Amino acid sequence: MKGSAVYTLWLRSIKRYIRSKSRIIGSLAQPLFFFLALGFGLGSVFSSQGGFDYLAFIAPGIIAMSVLFTSVFSGIQVLWDKQFGFLKETLIAPVSRNSIMLGQTLGGATTALIQGIVMMFIIFIFGKLTFETGILIALGFMILISVAFTSLGIAMASKMEDMQGFQLIMNFLIMPVFFLSGALFPITSLPSWLKSVVYINPLTYGVEGMRYGLTGVSSISPLFSLTVLGGFCLVMIFLGGYLFRKIKV
Amino acid sequence: MLAITVENLTKEFNGLTAVDNISFTIEKGEIFGLLGPNGAGKTTTLSMLTTLLKPTSGKASVNGFDVTKDMDDVRNSIGMVFQDMTLDDELTAYENMDMHCRLYGVEKEERKEKITKLLKLVDLEDRKDSLVKTFSGGMKRRLEIARGLLHEPEILFLDEPTLGLDPQTRNKLWGYIQKLNEDNGLTIILTTHYMEEADKLSDRIAIIDKGTIITLDTPDNLKKELGGDIVTIETQKSEMFEQLLKKEAWCKSVKRHNHSVTINVKDAGKIISEIIKLAHKNNIIVDSANMHKPSLEDVFLYFTGKTIREQEADSKDAMRNRMKMWRKR
Repeated sequence: MKGSAVYTLWLRSIKRYIRSKSRIIGSLAQPLFFFLALGFGLGSVFSSQGGFDYLAFIAPGIIAMSVLFTSVFSGIQVLWDKQFGFLKETLIAPVSRNSIMLGQTLGGATTALIQGIVMMFIIFIFGKLTFETGILIALGFMILISVAFTSLGIAMASKMEDMQGFQLIMNFLIMPVFFLSGALFPITSLPSWLKSVVYINPLTYGVEGMRYGLTGVSSISPLFSLTVLGGFCLVMIFLGGYLFRKIKV
Repeated sequence: MLAITVENLTKEFNGLTAVDNISFTIEKGEIFGLLGPNGAGKTTTLSMLTTLLKPTSGKASVNGFDVTKDMDDVRNSIGMVFQDMTLDDELTAYENMDMHCRLYGVEKEERKEKITKLLKLVDLEDRKDSLVKTFSGGMKRRLEIARGLLHEPEILFLDEPTLGLDPQTRNKLWGYIQKLNEDNGLTIILTTHYMEEADKLSDRIAIIDKGTIITLDTPDNLKKELGGDIVTIETQKSEMFEQLLKKEAWCKSVKRHNHSVTINVKDAGKIISEIIKLAHKNNIIVDSANMHKPSLEDVFLYFTGKTIREQEADSKDAMRNRMKMWRKR
């Protein structure tokens, strides 16, 4: 493992990220639409029935959404490198595949984290967040989400042959992971079949942890969330590393 | 000193043999050409020598290091320019070079100087801060060659370095390659399916077809093996002339093609007057006479019985299947 190689690939991700203005704006727009449409649309229904602040409730979920989407997308970038050849340049260098994978993961995770923080600021403007020490807890959970899902993206990209599978993953994996995570609705009063699905979903623990940090309340104990999400994150790093080592170019 | 030794190297993909038990050695400072049609096994051979593919059997060492055991030492000793572009086109030329330096552990103090020097060598210095996606095909290839030299490799691998480039750019690239070899004594291994390229650049050529090396020698020796020179005579009475020529002792072989006769002789300079005399004596009017050294195209034809283009049409299907099998794994 070489620190300089990890740093090099991290630096590349950051440079590419800063340069792709349209990507930054594009991946902020979608969560923002969700926030505004659902927050104000459904929010009015909730508030008329007993003063439940729905906007404040989904705020952590929306931030998690932007982290989730950006990290999976960053991980899948490896597929672009595979298709357009750059991966060969890194694979032929005298550095281990583990350090390449780790650099890609940290680079992708950093961009996802930045994206999440920007989203947090936007939501802050709407007055739905207060900056307290809890924000550090939320940041910790955001880091875990971004590393875990970037690794997952790399793992999938390592197995995929072309871009065709990309849309499939977005529709059948990432969208369900987001919708069934308790980002948009409270999980305590769900029907039991749906509840079990939500509890299997690792993002649930990320959203709950962030909600605890940002609003002070959560339906799952934050320590338990930390354990589950942390464990999932480690598994994903090893899975990503394992599959990345097996890439053939 | 030997730069590369290859012993009984074999690579199979799911039962299909891409490289079949090849052996050769390459001297330090040599430009070595692997010539063959697409799908002959050139890139597979290169991939094994550059540690990207593990051989099924056999041994190979590069700069004294075993390609399966001392992978990092091999990687540090070589520069590689792939057939497909491997630059990051969202980054600038300078950034691509800088990343390469970092990956190969080039010291921080030396980076800038080395990058500037090499960009100058390939005439890209004034474009160093442009994004690579704005570059033409030739510029990208030049940048890749410069990048491959940053860590001062002993051996440079070039996989089809001029594929898809226009003749002018191709000529220029040939100039760079020759200069690198002459000025720095760099050992260069290149694969190509352009006869002219192999002929012009290589000190020695291995003709590879269907995974095996058919013949290996200097371009001149390969052509000499065919025997001296080729003389082509155009005449209306080509049939009659062919019969007459066959009786002459100095004529190694004759082939007739419509109104022209192709004669293989030892030394065309001396024999040409004999040929004209023979025609004159028998009242055969010579419309035109042409003599040339055998080209590599003639050599390829001689050894494989096919022209390189015919061979390519055959092997393309085989290659396609091979790629499919490979991807499925």
